[in-house]
Amino acid sequence: MRVAGKGLVDHGVRVRFRFDGVTYHGHAGDTVASALLANGVNLMGRSFKYHRPRGVLTAGSEEPNALITVGEGAQAEPNLRATQAEIYEGMVVRSQNAWPSLAFDVMAVNDLAAPFLGAGFYYKTFMWPKKFWEAIYEPVIRKAAGLGALSGQSNTDTYEKAFAFCDLLVIGAGPTGLMAALSAARSGLDVILADEDSLMGGRLNSETGAIGHQPGAVWAAQVVTELAAMENVRLMSRTTVTGAYDGGMYGALERVNQHTGQRTGGAPLECFWRISAKQSVLAAGAIERPVAFQNNDRPGIMMAGAVRSYLNRWGVSPGKRVAVFGNNDDAQQTARDLAKAGVHVVALIDSRVDAVVRGAEFPVITGAQVCNSGGRKALESITFQRASGQKDSLQVDCLAMSGGWNPTVNLTCHTGGRPTWREDIQAFVPTAGAVAGLRAAGACNGVFSTLGCLQDGVAAGKAAAKALGKKPADVDLPVAENAPYRMSPLWAVAGKGRAWLDFQNDVSVKDVKQAAVENFKSVEHMKRYTTQGMATDQGKNSNVAALAILADATGRGIPETGTTTFRPPYTPVSIAAMGAGSQGHGFAPERWTTSHQATVERGAPMIEAGLWYRPSYFPKAGESTWRESCDREVGYVRRAVGVCDVSTLGKIDIQGPDAAQLLDFVYTNMFSTLKVGRVRYGLMLREDGHVMDDGTCARLGAQHFVMTTTTAAAGNVMRHLEFVTQCLHPEWQVSFTSVTEQWAQFAIAGPKAREVLNGLLDAPIDGENWPFMACGDVRVGGVAGRLFRISFSGEHAYELAVPSRYGASLFDALIKAAEALGGGPYGMEALNVLRIEKGFITHAEIEGRATAFDIGMGRMISAKKDCVGKVMAAREGLVAEERPQLVGLKPVAVDAELSAGAFLFDRAADAVRVNHQGHVSSVGYSPELGHMIGLGFLRRGPARLGEIVRLVDHMRGIETEVEICNPVFVDAAGERVRG
Amino acid sequence: MLARPEATAGVEAWDDYLHLRENPAGVTEELWQHEAGCAAWLVVRRDTRTHEISEVTLAADVKRSMGVAS
Amino acid sequence: MRFSGLRVLREGLSGNKGWTPHWRDPEPKAEYDAVIIGGGGHGLSTAYYLAKNHGMTNIAVLEKGYLGGGNVGRNTTIVRANYGLEGNSQFYSHSLKLWENLEQDLNYNAMMSQRGVLMLCHSDGQRDAFARRGNMMVSQGDDAELLSAERVRHLLPYLDFDNTRFPIYGGLLHRRGGTARHDAVAWGYARGADQHGVDLIQQCEVTGIDIENGVVKGVQTTRGAIRAKKVGVVVAGRSGQVAAMAGMRLPIESHVLQAFVTEGIKPVIDHVVSFGMGHFYISQSDKGGLVFGGDLDFYASYAQRGNMPMMEHVMEAGMTLMPMIGKAKVLRSWGGIMDMTPDGSPIIDKTETEGLFVNCGWCYGGFKAVPGSGDAFAHLMATGNRHEAAAKFRLDRFRTGVGLMDEEATGSQHNLH
Repeated sequence: MRVAGKGLVDHGVRVRFRFDGVTYHGHAGDTVASALLANGVNLMGRSFKYHRPRGVLTAGSEEPNALITVGEGAQAEPNLRATQAEIYEGMVVRSQNAWPSLAFDVMAVNDLAAPFLGAGFYYKTFMWPKKFWEAIYEPVIRKAAGLGALSGQSNTDTYEKAFAFCDLLVIGAGPTGLMAALSAARSGLDVILADEDSLMGGRLNSETGAIGHQPGAVWAAQVVTELAAMENVRLMSRTTVTGAYDGGMYGALERVNQHTGQRTGGAPLECFWRISAKQSVLAAGAIERPVAFQNNDRPGIMMAGAVRSYLNRWGVSPGKRVAVFGNNDDAQQTARDLAKAGVHVVALIDSRVDAVVRGAEFPVITGAQVCNSGGRKALESITFQRASGQKDSLQVDCLAMSGGWNPTVNLTCHTGGRPTWREDIQAFVPTAGAVAGLRAAGACNGVFSTLGCLQDGVAAGKAAAKALGKKPADVDLPVAENAPYRMSPLWAVAGKGRAWLDFQNDVSVKDVKQAAVENFKSVEHMKRYTTQGMATDQGKNSNVAALAILADATGRGIPETGTTTFRPPYTPVSIAAMGAGSQGHGFAPERWTTSHQATVERGAPMIEAGLWYRPSYFPKAGESTWRESCDREVGYVRRAVGVCDVSTLGKIDIQGPDAAQLLDFVYTNMFSTLKVGRVRYGLMLREDGHVMDDGTCARLGAQHFVMTTTTAAAGNVMRHLEFVTQCLHPEWQVSFTSVTEQWAQFAIAGPKAREVLNGLLDAPIDGENWPFMACGDVRVGGVAGRLFRISFSGEHAYELAVPSRYGASLFDALIKAAEALGGGPYGMEALNVLRIEKGFITHAEIEGRATAFDIGMGRMISAKKDCVGKVMAAREGLVAEERPQLVGLKPVAVDAELSAGAFLFDRAADAVRVNHQGHVSSVGYSPELGHMIGLGFLRRGPARLGEIVRLVDHMRGIETEVEICNPVFVDAAGERVRG
Repeated sequence: MLARPEATAGVEAWDDYLHLRENPAGVTEELWQHEAGCAAWLVVRRDTRTHEISEVTLAADVKRSMGVAS
Repeated sequence: MRFSGLRVLREGLSGNKGWTPHWRDPEPKAEYDAVIIGGGGHGLSTAYYLAKNHGMTNIAVLEKGYLGGGNVGRNTTIVRANYGLEGNSQFYSHSLKLWENLEQDLNYNAMMSQRGVLMLCHSDGQRDAFARRGNMMVSQGDDAELLSAERVRHLLPYLDFDNTRFPIYGGLLHRRGGTARHDAVAWGYARGADQHGVDLIQQCEVTGIDIENGVVKGVQTTRGAIRAKKVGVVVAGRSGQVAAMAGMRLPIESHVLQAFVTEGIKPVIDHVVSFGMGHFYISQSDKGGLVFGGDLDFYASYAQRGNMPMMEHVMEAGMTLMPMIGKAKVLRSWGGIMDMTPDGSPIIDKTETEGLFVNCGWCYGGFKAVPGSGDAFAHLMATGNRHEAAAKFRLDRFRTGVGLMDEEATGSQHNLH
């Protein structure tokens, strides 16, 4: 019901929206909750467990009842708070957790069965018969899970993440926050003022009290205007600071476009901010707490402060006949405001016998407690009990209740701090210094008068300025209300029936008491056993009352009972906002080689290799399977010439007088003896003695090396070199840098490799000046490049490197030259077959658990020097004869399939774990041999050449016999590579 | 941490260096690397209960000040 | 009191006035045959099996806070036996079998739900590695299926198959894996142990371990000295501090791992899904919250909380893998203290002090181990011999290099597992 002349909404602008299919009108500035109340709609949701009908309880983000789904299709957003969601033209709103309708919900039958569904009942039943849990019980329970529903469709909305930096972050823009921001900004600090509401001003927008002889809301708007004009101030409304983290970092969610329903214009729906603040002021206010009494959850019963908010801010009276029930002076203001606005206040019921109510234009009943409510889906009456014990009823359609206020201490506890109990206000307040650099001020610090908040805000702003070495500027304090906060604790009204604490999770006073009886006396046990405080409001409305009842039931004080842990986020944050930017391909960087474009144009399927993309194979017309292409490409290298982009391998340029010493230390074998102009294969261990990586290292000058690493390990090796040279040997004079991206490098492999090169190099090469493992400078079309005569295929082969900007054209030239000689490009599949045929290892073999001993390179650990990993590689367990060691595998039946990941067993043994003899690490089809071949690890493998073992792959249904052989299948003498 | 045992120190010393930890709940010194930036390895004095960092030194400087190259 | 549907009915009809404490709150006695330091999942299950399997009922569990207040009450509730290496394979296989009969054994509904654990692979190499793992599982007697991309799409149509950074090549499905109600596991073991006469003593912090001539004699606590013939240390992230009381250094670093839960939403994810390329895993609880997590924050910590970079990374992984969860809202995040070992696998062993035993190093995988760990540790404490299923969890393996179980293959750096 709208109240004429009240509210800050724009009465001139009508906004149409739908709720559960019915069209309603509200005004610009309305929330879904205020607009529905204005339309006389009280029933807004159903509770989780018992599906009890629920109306709106609060006017803020702590709302436990009025949760809604907004939007349709992929844009549908579940579990929004009707108290926060602003209406816009055409908005589609649905209620949740009710079927077939909100008014008639079948699952409300749960409420009738409530005696059997009390705290923790599910731990005690559903165990017989055993099979029924997963077949029947759990599916039924699971069906009842959750409140709203996801659309099931992929996200189509835009979300963003951003960083912000400031001297001072002020959290909350009520009287305290505004004053803190103002005094800090006038002192010259860079200030961010963030507030979760659409309108800054906090409670001032909900109150009628004056500041400096004008309405509080007007005063707040003036301060906001002044702040907005200052260059050193950034105002962030609709922005909830959700978490406090280390080092002055705060997470914050800005709802950028949610309130407009617009998906166009480029603005994201939400933005998740990482705010780095040197200082911060928490001015988050306080949250009013309900009183537990029988049926205190009926639609129409709401917080007294929320009733004021609806009246004063939105111009809506939630009822026509309103009663107010409280234990503190603040509740009286609700009765006064309602009466002044012409709403019938049936009674003010104050639980305190000695309550003083001045100038009341409504009946006042002191020393009484509301003990029950009547009605079905809407409040019709309340019953209250006087101090004398006499019970009376009142016909009302709205009850405004107040059990006092809880300071919003949440953020002060996010880094491990615990709040402090204050007996005088019966509430927890922040413990000073709980979060480094953060000051709590105003209501969230237990200061409840308006003037007190203004003062506290100024003091906090000044303190921040002082802490940052600025001279605090003076701010004049306006005149404002300064009444003391008088209250007397009232957590639950004694009596029968269910008195609700956690409205959403349907936790009652009885549940908490039963938990205590069953010895769930720790507040954490009680929470977990009853689910108290585990709903979407995380107990903001109910936790303190629940632990007060637990304290009472266990004979302890409230501070001794303690709180559960406050954890981020303060209010729920969408995964899409915190994960913004990663959907699709944004999750990890993508690295492309210089030949990428040409490769894709040739139709090569690209596969991920770490962050890189590499070609799987290059299909040709007429080929229908990857194997055909692969076999052809292997043939290029074995019989003509193949070209492959190997730029993804890590390349580290190492220079300095101690470069050779560094290499001697990080490789197991010797590099100081390597001649200039030569390349050597090197094996690198981790300090724990297992193989880290392998690769070649070329000596370009006396003090100049180029190390190559595998694609996968490039980053690890770089980090390792940094560790060695900074942490172990800073005295070495050596510098190195990654040049992986600076050089495009191509393998040219096959009998005609030299022919290809000599068609391109400015000066031809021959076997004399470029023998196997030679390296040096060359020129290609006038461009300075490097040539390495190394081979990963066992063929006569080179790797030619040029600066990256020439990579694409060199690749084209190499392909043309190769194709002219009956060869062409080859991809990863062929590369893999070529290296398996030669018994060369990759990370399929050195997968992090292999030792040099395992791969037959034990003797590569030089006895003449220390190296990383040397000592630990000699541990008994790492050189045990029983360890599986590298062998070749060939099928007994020529057409048999081998598979990587299969296990090896003795021929007669069962294929069970205790009989494992080893496993298969790599397989491929060798066109050269006409059958599949494999590499694997077998216990005492090198001693078992010629033995037949059983290969079993349960996963692929493969079982076959293989012969153990030398892992070099092609050109065992190694002649081709030197040809 | 920066005191890598000699090759001859024996497996006990190496086990201690690589595996065994004081693992204090309180102030500790540990190695961090500024991996996304200058690549510097740092000795960081930090409280494992609060995450408060009280001192940061370049690991290379600390190692040099230890005098003995190992 | 025996729990049953009938009991719930009877109590419901009589006003729920007959319920009794799930466990007693006894005063500590001056002496026990054995004390277990740590009232988490592993400590409570150890006590239960010591009493049930070995008849040792004159024992106590000493807990400095409240029962089940550590990692057993703060995890992502996943139960599985899908390990790839000898040692772990047989142990988790054993543990899963105990899970499968847990409710009936404890008369407590821990809501074990075998909804299937699916690990996704994103390259041919990963598929081969998963095949190897699956073969280990099957040859151990557990279940595993290697799924093609098409079958994964059929099973989990909501994953992004068409426009994601790391395309899905397939997956390894372990149907007997799933989730359980974490708190109920701790409470069920606590109640079971209590019913066998075990003293569960909360708010009792151990401040010293008494050792004479290499033999353990008892412990000092905030509630007085307690003599004991045997002492088992089962304190997870706090292992370093308690071991120090016995003059030991352990191969353990304590690191923080974060996890997250969203607001309750109607069921959309039926399985436990793990996305190795993104260090991300997720399931949906019976209450409706999406429960998910990622990798360690990587720094040593006892703060039981993490920071934003890893949190954001986890969310990003979720958004690239299954962008339909974008509008689910994170309700709560938390961090636990993970006792990380150099090879990522646990330790259940004797120590050099006679009568002193350690059970630690569960890294971030301790929840699923609770039954097996308790059974094996109880066996070791009672008989002095290693349990067959946990025989490889030796304390000396790092020194000898014998039987290392480096599942992640990342080497002896504690925080890389």
